[in-house]
Amino acid sequence: MPAERTRLVDQLATGLDAPICLTWELTYGCNLACLHCLSSSGRRDPSELTNAQARGLIDEMADMSVFYVNIGGGEPTIRPDFYDLIAYAVDRKVGVKFSTNGTTMTPERARHIAAMDYVDVQVSLDGVDASTNDALRGAGSYAAARRAMDNLASSGFGDFKISVVVTADNVAQLDEFAEMAASYGATLRLTRLRPSGRGASVWDRLHLSNAQQVTLYHWLAKRPDVLTGDSFFHLSALGDPLPGLNLCGAGRVVCLIDPVGDVYACPFVLHENFKAGNVRDAGGFARVWRHSELFASLREPQAAGACASCGSYDSCQGGCMAAKFFTGLPLDGPDPECVKGRAEPLLSSVVAGTAPSPGPGHSVPVRLGSSRNVGSSRNVGSSRNVGVPA
Amino acid sequence: MTQLSQGASHGASTAAFDASLRYALDSEVALREEPFGALAYNYSNRRLTFLRSVALRELVRSLADFDSAGDAVACSIPEASRPSYLRALAGLAESGMIHAC
Ligand code: SF4
Ligand code: SF4
Repeated sequence: MPAERTRLVDQLATGLDAPICLTWELTYGCNLACLHCLSSSGRRDPSELTNAQARGLIDEMADMSVFYVNIGGGEPTIRPDFYDLIAYAVDRKVGVKFSTNGTTMTPERARHIAAMDYVDVQVSLDGVDASTNDALRGAGSYAAARRAMDNLASSGFGDFKISVVVTADNVAQLDEFAEMAASYGATLRLTRLRPSGRGASVWDRLHLSNAQQVTLYHWLAKRPDVLTGDSFFHLSALGDPLPGLNLCGAGRVVCLIDPVGDVYACPFVLHENFKAGNVRDAGGFARVWRHSELFASLREPQAAGACASCGSYDSCQGGCMAAKFFTGLPLDGPDPECVKGRAEPLLSSVVAGTAPSPGPGHSVPVRLGSSRNVGSSRNVGSSRNVGVPA
Repeated sequence: MTQLSQGASHGASTAAFDASLRYALDSEVALREEPFGALAYNYSNRRLTFLRSVALRELVRSLADFDSAGDAVACSIPEASRPSYLRALAGLAESGMIHAC
């Protein structure tokens, strides 16, 4: 039909009435301290939305016809009102997909969510064995995640998601991840390591080499059932586009609400430059989404810069804004992991220490001799308090 | 993000779709108007589809008012464009957004 000839990316310039991929981080508190945490989580923030404010925000999402919200954190389930809030969202017909490290997913809680409609869960796991996973996510986190998966599988929840950040350390395990997911009747989801939050400090060491990216592209191309959250569209420059929108959706289809109600263009850009407003401001979230100057500027067609001469710009769109920003690259140029190697000369000219810093965020300060055990005493939200409503 | 099927109108097989039957939006599907047309979300299979024109959105909304999908298309879509709209409907039927009733 005629309208189809207009590219989606141009149609999005006028702005959607509501985001498609809305992430809401419920708390900065976390009982783990993953080295690559995109939100630098650890301690709860004293100004996190109250239960009443969180319910008000869900009302607003419902009024905007937000179909579903991705809930994350921190570890969202350590909020004592977590199960109350997801039940409230589902009641208002805002579907919920939440991410968890699995540490609180007891058999009872697994059965509780299995009985709910419109709730999906993804358990984070970054290695098919404890040594690979725990090197990134902390001692004991592999066992905890597997226990959560066992509990979900035996609760009758059905198709949960196993969510993996692909790194140089686990990229050789993709087949094993797929087998693990299949053994649970679950779906595998792979996402990209970005230099966001604490990820900035491990990115150099753990991001994929170009050869690994090529392998990943071909692996994904053969497995359309593996979810990616549109993470890897910069790989589409290698050949046929991967399924998905294939564009940076920041502020256009994607948006993040953080635990204190600040609205950012995307979960991977927790930085002043990408903060559009706060849901507690007059007009609420709808006003921020529809009228913030930042989002208006992100919806304009973006300059291709140094990518303009690349024949793959249509499929790759220059890649991920967050990855460029936190590696100190210009936003109108190639992704730091450009598959054509066009970012390498630029990266080597970024003076060490000048890339924008994601800051410490809510990370727990490292103490000498502290161990990163699951459920250590600095667990701010004490998972024991999590009550499953009757 | 959720399974995106941008291509409600391309590549879908028409085997499951029969323009002589009456169709309606699945009861689990919500439509949200957008400047370019609409987004359709199916709560049961978590699929999201773009209806990439206002005419397609209005056509989908009107389906249940006609005895057949073909009649609905004939009523609102200019002749030359009808085949592509029928293909769009076939794609929507295949992804469970609309079904015969
Ligand atoms: S900044 Fe990166 S992660 Fe965020 S929407 Fe754009 S491409 Fe995706
Ligand atoms: S030069 Fe730019 S458009 Fe071309 S592949 Fe690299 S990042 Fe993508």
